[in-house]
Amino acid sequence: MNSTPENNTFSVSVKADRLAFGDTVLFEHIEFDLPASEWTCLLGPSGVGKTTLLRLFAGLVPDVENVEVKCSDGRELKSRAAYMAQQDLLMPWLSVVDNVMLGERLRSEQPDKARALDLLARVGLTENANNLPAKLSGGMRQRAALARTLMEDRPVVLMDEPFSALDAITRIRLQDMAAELLKDRTVLLVTHDPLEALRLGDRIHVMSGRPVKLDEPLTPPGTAPRDLHDPAVLEGQADLLERLAAADQDKAA
Amino acid sequence: MKILRPLIIFAALIAFWQIIVVVTGAPHYILPSPGRVLNALGSRSDVLLSHGWITLSEIILGLILGTILGSISALTMGYFKPARRWLMPVMVVSQAIPVFALAPILVLWLGYGMVSKVAMATLIIYFPVTAAFFDGLRRTEPGHLDLAQTMNASRWATLRHIRVPAALPSFASGLRVATAVAPIGAIVGEWVGSSEGLGFLMLHANGRMQIDVMFAALFVLAIIAVTLYYAVDAGLKRLLFWLPDTQTS
Repeated sequence: MNSTPENNTFSVSVKADRLAFGDTVLFEHIEFDLPASEWTCLLGPSGVGKTTLLRLFAGLVPDVENVEVKCSDGRELKSRAAYMAQQDLLMPWLSVVDNVMLGERLRSEQPDKARALDLLARVGLTENANNLPAKLSGGMRQRAALARTLMEDRPVVLMDEPFSALDAITRIRLQDMAAELLKDRTVLLVTHDPLEALRLGDRIHVMSGRPVKLDEPLTPPGTAPRDLHDPAVLEGQADLLERLAAADQDKAA
Repeated sequence: MKILRPLIIFAALIAFWQIIVVVTGAPHYILPSPGRVLNALGSRSDVLLSHGWITLSEIILGLILGTILGSISALTMGYFKPARRWLMPVMVVSQAIPVFALAPILVLWLGYGMVSKVAMATLIIYFPVTAAFFDGLRRTEPGHLDLAQTMNASRWATLRHIRVPAALPSFASGLRVATAVAPIGAIVGEWVGSSEGLGFLMLHANGRMQIDVMFAALFVLAIIAVTLYYAVDAGLKRLLFWLPDTQTS
């Protein structure tokens, strides 16, 4: 159960010839890869298009033309990617364990409660399994969302600022937990926090401009989750902040 | 205090009523005193109960039918987009024509019995239930729908497991409004043409200057309406166990 799902050794790429909303051209001739079994982080100013890019991978942008999502093994990404958003998206009427089993219910499969409880144990929520989400703190709710994501057991995980609403300490704990539990999966993490990207990412891209440009990725040394005192993390943070400042100016211009 | 408060309010209203009777010196065939009405309640209790039971049955049947029809309409419109264009005008028309104007026609078509009154109550309940439930179905949290999509949920599964539960608070608001207005349908139906029910009893007593009986019938109707409202409200709170205001109460 702790193992990565089978057939995870494929990379994913999105190729957008043109994606515009009204008169605003968001992407033009852009190609973006998620290498297999790596964490790819996307940073950039608010509104630059990070979430849209993630949603393209997730198949959540309706009626798009000239956009192609491809997997290196030739199969579709659909059904092989799990999604975790900034909001925990727990159903308030379901207990925590029922929330974890939501995907199975939605697909009319037999829910595997033993596995759901095991995952809840791994995120430290055993005692809250039968509670409603309203009884949980923000950090606990996001841990439940992480358990729900793991329950889907998919090789690709798409995460859209999943820890941004949490306080600093809870965020760091959850980053450690996610790094451990999603090790060896192909992950796309959209974040606005350079430190988070440096702790978790194997490759970090900064998005900027309109239409969007992607710079050369930063590849921090060492394995995730990187220590907060790691000189490479601190140095990388300064570098990323500079790139983000430049990206912000680019957007303003 | 929770039990005492309504009793105090009730006692204050009775006292206010008595004061008006004393101060204005109104004759009992215009405004009977609370004592006279209480007397009528006691002496005519069998009549009041049997007519009250008829009215209550009409209201409950109307509530059940109106809720079922309203829910089916809302679910149909929520699930099939083209159905909105067809059903929405029907829904609006059902409200645009005042139920009072329809009452004589319904009595003509469905007779003097209970059916025409149940139809009136159903008509009056249908709109608030449909409108509120459909509104709830339309306002599902987009993030929840995204999640369902990435989990490969079918449209039916999304409706059943996410959209319907998420719309239940709106449905409950509609049903509360419907419960409060349901007695209007039944009573208006009884006024237009009937041989039983509290509405009939009120008209009958009015014609014989038995204003105390009329007030007693009104009192029984109020008790029925309030009890029904709180019963429905209590049921809805159980149904919506996850909402914060119902968790603490």
